[in-house]
Amino acid sequence: MATEKSVKETYYESIIKQGYNRRDFMKFATYIAAYMGLETSMIGQVAKSLENTFRIPVIWEHYQECTCCSESFIRSDHPIVSDIILDKISLDYTLTLMAASGHQAEAAKHATMEKYKGEYILCVEGSVPLGDDGNYCCIAGRSAKDLLLEAAEGAKAIIAWGSCASNGCVQAAYPNPTQATPIHKIIKNKPIIRVPGCPPIGEVMAGIIVHLITFGRLPELDGLGRPKAFYSKRVHDSCYRRPYYDAGLFAETFDDQNAKDGYCLYKVGCRGPMTYNSCGTIKWNNGVSYPIQSGHGCIGCSEEDFWDNGPFYERLTGLAGFGIESSADTIGKVAAGVVAGGLAVHAVAANISKRKELRSRTTRGKQNEKKLDS
Amino acid sequence: METRKFRRVYVWELPVRFFHWINALAVIILAITGFIIANPPAILSNKEASDFYWFGTVRFIHFATAYVFFFNMILRVYWSFVGNRFSSWRAFWPFSKKMWHNFLHVIKVDVFLANEKKPDIRDISIGHNSVAAFSYVILFLLALVQVFTGFGLYSSTASWWLPKMFSWVVPFLGGDFIVRTIHHTTTWLFILFTLIHVYLVFYHDWLEGRGEVSSMFGGYKFVCDERLKKLTEEEEMEEPVDEEAMEIIE
Repeated sequence: MATEKSVKETYYESIIKQGYNRRDFMKFATYIAAYMGLETSMIGQVAKSLENTFRIPVIWEHYQECTCCSESFIRSDHPIVSDIILDKISLDYTLTLMAASGHQAEAAKHATMEKYKGEYILCVEGSVPLGDDGNYCCIAGRSAKDLLLEAAEGAKAIIAWGSCASNGCVQAAYPNPTQATPIHKIIKNKPIIRVPGCPPIGEVMAGIIVHLITFGRLPELDGLGRPKAFYSKRVHDSCYRRPYYDAGLFAETFDDQNAKDGYCLYKVGCRGPMTYNSCGTIKWNNGVSYPIQSGHGCIGCSEEDFWDNGPFYERLTGLAGFGIESSADTIGKVAAGVVAGGLAVHAVAANISKRKELRSRTTRGKQNEKKLDS
Repeated sequence: METRKFRRVYVWELPVRFFHWINALAVIILAITGFIIANPPAILSNKEASDFYWFGTVRFIHFATAYVFFFNMILRVYWSFVGNRFSSWRAFWPFSKKMWHNFLHVIKVDVFLANEKKPDIRDISIGHNSVAAFSYVILFLLALVQVFTGFGLYSSTASWWLPKMFSWVVPFLGGDFIVRTIHHTTTWLFILFTLIHVYLVFYHDWLEGRGEVSSMFGGYKFVCDERLKKLTEEEEMEEPVDEEAMEIIE
C-alpha cells in the first residue's frame, strides 16, 4: 500500500517504476481515453496529466456490500488499470486489499484524513444501514453511518461505487429491514459520483478515476449523478440484438427456436430497454461478453429498485399495493370489467327510475309522428 | 296542452369538434400501439432481422401519434382562451357556486338517478355539465402525465429539443421502470374514462333527447326556447323553421 513517500510521486513515475515502459504507458493513456469517450486529440492531455499530477490519496470504505465492485475493479482488463488503481492511486485504506489490519489500518486512515483534508477522494462501496442506530454494519466498533460522516467530512469528492452505494441495491429491497440507504441520501454537501451496477464495469470504474486524475474535476454527470460517458444510453440502444427488436422478432421462452437464433429477449423480461449502462459497448471480462450476449436478459442491476421490479423474466411486473402477481394489465382488465358492469347496472336502473319521464317522452314522440303532415 | 319549443344552439365550434375527434383517434391509436409495444405478438419465423421492421413501424406510429396528441392538446388549450363560453377554460373551472350547485345536481339526478319533483330546466347544462367538465380536467391531467412520462422515456433517444425538454422526468421519478409503469397504468385510466364517457353521452342523449351524441359532429344542441332571450316578432319571422324542434308537453 501507498506510503507517505510514494504519494509524492506522479502517476507516470510510479508506473515506470513498476516496470512498464513508455510505450505501455501511452497505450494505457489511449485505451482509457477511448473508454472515457474522449477524442483522440485528448490522449496527449491524459498522458500529460498522468505525468504531472501527484497521486490523489483515496480512502475506500466498505459498508453493506458483497465486494463485487472491488472484484470487478481488480479485473478491469488492462494491466495498468488495476495497477494504477490498486497500487498507484495510493489507496490508503481499503479493508479488503490493504496489508495492514486492525488498529494499524484505522490509524493509516486517520493519518490520510488529517494530512490530506479536503484533497482525498472517498470511494464508498456498499449502502449504509440506518435502522437500529446503524448496528447492522459496524467496523472497528463504529457504525457505518458514523464512519461515513467522518470520512466524508474532509473528502474532496465521493464516488459511490455500485448499486449499493448509489441506490441501495438488494439490501434496500422491500421491506428493507436494515434501512439500507444510499450515500447521496446521507451526504448532501459533497459532490457525489454515482456509479451504479451490480457490480459496475471495471473499465467504467477505472475511467472515472482516471478522469478525476486527468482533469482534476468530476466527469460530466447526468440528472442522477451518473457519469454521462457511461450511463447516457440504455443497454438496449447499444445491444447487438436490437435489430431483432425493431424487426419484432422475439424469443418467447428461453428454450424456443427464436432464443436459439439469438432473437431479442424483450418478451422474456430483458430490462435492457430501461437500463442505463454501457454493457452493450464495453462488455465484461475483457470485452468477452455481457448477459444478453450469453442468452440471458438484462436484469437492470444498475437501475434503482431493480430488485423490487421483479420477476426478472416478465415484461410487466406487479404493481405495488395490488399483490405480487397482479400486473397493470390484470388490474386494468378487472377495473374495465367492473366499470362496464357498473354502467350496465346504471343503464338498467336509469330506465327504471326515469321510466315516467321516458314514457311521456316516447308517447309524445309517437303522437308527433302521427301528426306528421308531409 | 303546452308546447315547448327547442332551438338549435351552436355549442361546439369546429376547432372543438376537430380536437375531439383527433384526440379520440390519437388515444385509440396510442392505446393500441402502446399495448403492442408492451406485449408484442409472437412471430415465429426463420427470417432474418433485416427482412422485417414491423415493430419499429409500430413504435414509429406510436411516437408520431404522440406528437399529434400533444400538439392537438396545445391547440385545445389555446382555444379555451379564444373559443365560445362552452369551450372556454371557465367552463372547466370548478370553483364557483353555480358549478358546485350543478355538480351536486348531476350527482344526485344522473349518477344516483333520483327524480326531482319539480325539475328546473336550468339544471340541464347546455355545454358540459359540472361533473363532465371535472372529468375532462382529470383527463387533461392524465394526458399531461402521459405526455411527461412518454416524452421522458423518448427523450434519451431523441435529438429534437422538444422531447429533450422532458429528459428530467426519468431521473425525477427514479428510473425508466417506474416511468414505464406509470405510462402503462395511465393508459388503463384512459380506457376507463372512455367507457364512462361514451356511456354517459348515450345516457344523456337517451334521457334528454337534445342531440348529445350528434352535437359532437354538427356542433348543435337543442335548447329550450325559454332559456333564450325573447326575440322580437320580426326576428321570429326571420328564424328559419328547420332551426327548431317542437315538443308538446301535456
